[in-house]
Amino acid sequence: MSADDVRRAVTRMAHEIAERNRGLHDVVLVGLQTGGVGIARRLAETLAEVEGADVPVGTLDVAFYRDDIGLRPVLPEAATDITADLTGATVVLVDDVLFTGRTIRAALNALGEYGRAQVVELAVMVDRGHRELPIRPDYVGKNLPTSRDEMVDVSDDGVSLGELVNR
Amino acid sequence: MSHFPAHLLSMDDLDADAIGEVLRVADSFAEVGRRANPKVPALRGRTVATLFFEDSTRTRMSFETAAKRMSADVLSFSAGSSSVKKGESLRDTIETIQAIGMDAVIIRHSSSGVPARVAEWVDHCAVVNAGDGWHQHPTQALLDLYTVRQSLGGGQEGTDRFDGLRVTIVGDIRHSRVARSQITAYAALGAEVTLVAPATLLPPSLDGWPIAAVSHDLDAVLGATDVISLLRLQAERGSGAYVPTMREYSAGYALTARRALQLPPEAIILHPGPMVRGVEIASEVAELPSARITDQVGNGVAVRMAVLFLLLGQGSLDGAAA
Amino acid sequence: MSAPHELVIRGGTVVDASGERRADVRVVDGEVVEVAEGLEAPGSATVLDAGGCVVAPGLVDLHTHLREPGREEAETVESGTRAAALGGFTAVVAMPNTDPPLDSAESVRNVYALAQGAMAQVAVAGAITVGRAGERLAPMAELAALGVHLFTDDGDGVQSAGLMRRALQYATGLGVVLGQHCEDRSLAAGGTMHEGAWSSRLGLPGMPSEAEEVMVARDIALARATGGRVHFLHLSTAGSIDLVRRARAGGVPVTAEVAPHHFTLTDGYASGYDPVFKVNPPLRPQDDVDAVKAALVDGTADAIATDHAPHAPELKDLPFDQAPPGMLGLQTALALAVTELDLPLARILALLSWQPAVIAGLDPAGGGTQGGTVATGSVANLCVVDPTATWTVDPTALASRSRNTPYAGRTLTGRVRHTVLAGEPVVIDAEAQR
Repeated sequence: MSADDVRRAVTRMAHEIAERNRGLHDVVLVGLQTGGVGIARRLAETLAEVEGADVPVGTLDVAFYRDDIGLRPVLPEAATDITADLTGATVVLVDDVLFTGRTIRAALNALGEYGRAQVVELAVMVDRGHRELPIRPDYVGKNLPTSRDEMVDVSDDGVSLGELVNR
Repeated sequence: MSHFPAHLLSMDDLDADAIGEVLRVADSFAEVGRRANPKVPALRGRTVATLFFEDSTRTRMSFETAAKRMSADVLSFSAGSSSVKKGESLRDTIETIQAIGMDAVIIRHSSSGVPARVAEWVDHCAVVNAGDGWHQHPTQALLDLYTVRQSLGGGQEGTDRFDGLRVTIVGDIRHSRVARSQITAYAALGAEVTLVAPATLLPPSLDGWPIAAVSHDLDAVLGATDVISLLRLQAERGSGAYVPTMREYSAGYALTARRALQLPPEAIILHPGPMVRGVEIASEVAELPSARITDQVGNGVAVRMAVLFLLLGQGSLDGAAA
Repeated sequence: MSAPHELVIRGGTVVDASGERRADVRVVDGEVVEVAEGLEAPGSATVLDAGGCVVAPGLVDLHTHLREPGREEAETVESGTRAAALGGFTAVVAMPNTDPPLDSAESVRNVYALAQGAMAQVAVAGAITVGRAGERLAPMAELAALGVHLFTDDGDGVQSAGLMRRALQYATGLGVVLGQHCEDRSLAAGGTMHEGAWSSRLGLPGMPSEAEEVMVARDIALARATGGRVHFLHLSTAGSIDLVRRARAGGVPVTAEVAPHHFTLTDGYASGYDPVFKVNPPLRPQDDVDAVKAALVDGTADAIATDHAPHAPELKDLPFDQAPPGMLGLQTALALAVTELDLPLARILALLSWQPAVIAGLDPAGGGTQGGTVATGSVANLCVVDPTATWTVDPTALASRSRNTPYAGRTLTGRVRHTVLAGEPVVIDAEAQR
């Protein structure tokens, strides 16, 4: 995907979020560290421009909820920052790449600490397949079939694929 | 990311990068501590033992809280308990604990070097030094660094501001494991450390110590201090014999209200506790906003969570244990 | 097992105080009868091959802790003398800090009885004070009458200058030697290693060099004033050695021994807090080690003495400050000297054999059978040493009941092949015969 493709995908997903959640008044965007944070902010900007809504944005680091702690080096990227009480909210989790689904599962566990959300939806820029858990996205920028060895890199400049050097 | 050591026995085990990592990860755990339910599953299924041969309710509780907030199972053995009775050797106790299966053991002992020896006897178990004799108390130094960094603005900027920071450590340095850890810790981040003590309370040799200066005159250094760290006279370790009287010690080395006024306005006051008000610190000085003693205690849990997480959470898929 | 009627040691080089010569040695009924090249051995004789080896008077250890009576789990007279024999020693001086201490005729006789049939001759050092408590003089005349020649409160030094002076005066009347473990308790109190850069870093209480030196200086002055004979045990600091050197130059006839660990190890070895490196006097910094070596070269040190100090393994597993000080030494002393000292073997043997024999009063001139020369008429207390053989120290393979050697895993040069005690080969091919 090029930078323009990414921009258009953000716009489209913002519209989809607004369409599904009439009014947006209970919606909270939560960007997963690190790849989802920028995208969540861009979605919030777009929603503000297009719908005039001021959607709160939080950031979530799932390091402490991962199921591979002790199997591989796991470190938090930054402290979680969720100021709103999520009880009754519609939380839209935002991440750059959806792969095995384990990160999202960890995120769902983490979210529970901030209140009992009414609904949790998932927005990802890229769905690269290879799910290991029954997790599915609600909003997708692009479906990108990949092999397990490939790496997907998402940024404002676009999405590219590369060879995995080591895991 | 630098490789975190297998055990935390001494501040010498951590370089500047590793220290920075502890502080950064502690930020995340500080956020956990602010939640209504301050718990994460990060160390679920792991077992952590505290083995305190020296009484210290505060430090032990701080470590146990840290472990429990990460969902680890905690076993505590303390000096008075039957499992650590006189006659049962340290080695036997460790072997028993190992047989039960520990991922980490946190040790405090009145003899220097015990955690180092235990680390040689255990397998697949991280050893954390919670204070050994006069030698080291690394998590205390780390939480002091965290507290200072917080005051300096936090984050990487806060860590960078240690470079050239003027730190003064006052008191019984000779018998202090906190001082030894602090000196290494501050120096590792580029701070300039000055020691202030009567000559008899300095170590016999300061050869190779990363300090900028030594002084016997507290008043002379107060004006040029950004952080002042006060140590307690350790009566139980015999410090009293090294000065003629407590009164004479306090006259020369206590942070009185008058002395506190000589500190620069932005200076921070630290004390590892427990304080002996009136001896090394005046009561009213302990209550000043620049005295971060309560913060130190609060920060202790987050910093200890970070240490345990870095020791136990950094395994690799090829099976090599952290 | 008793001595064979005839024993021939073939193919070696005899080294003793009189010099060095290629020669075989014939021993009949425990006595050297012939020292010459190309000796024939009758079929009934026991032959020991000394090819490539040095044949010398047996080594004499001025300072061994046999631990019996009282601490038999660490060592006994039997196990200690076996270790001694394997180390080339045909005599050891047993230190009096046993339980009960060797401060009475009864306790001394008891040790002599235990040493009947031991694999080395056991001489006893009597205590200077009753109970080694440093308060009242022990019955030195009574002990001297039993053959005790060296007295010491080792484990401790005599703290009171007044009492030490009285002991020295009394000793002059008896012709005995007073050995001092130089340690001023008020300076050393609580110390677990050398007080210096390492102890400061490790957070361990230290014993400063002056704790040893003040007592050395004091006893030199007392020796000068009383004419008594003082022997300094295990000197470890440059300052102590300097004091002895100057005293001797000034005509005060003190003698001094040094222990192998003080010329092979430094205080930095304690950095891992392993109590196997804990000893009294403690390991010192390199400057002191260099001074100890220099003392061996220039003769300020008269002898190398092991200070063999066994401790049961569970005691050496205690935290550093709680563990008892002391290291094994009988089986490694000779090899350490050969490996680490830049001295000819003849000088090393002098330091380990005939010189300590004189200080202990065990030499022929003192009425004994140790040291001296390998010559016709001398009692056959001999060691056969291969000066080039290398071996690696394995704590589990040592004869001691204890394992506390700081040299585990170290490869050393110089090995005892045979040891002959009063004509009986107690060690053959590096194996104890009983």
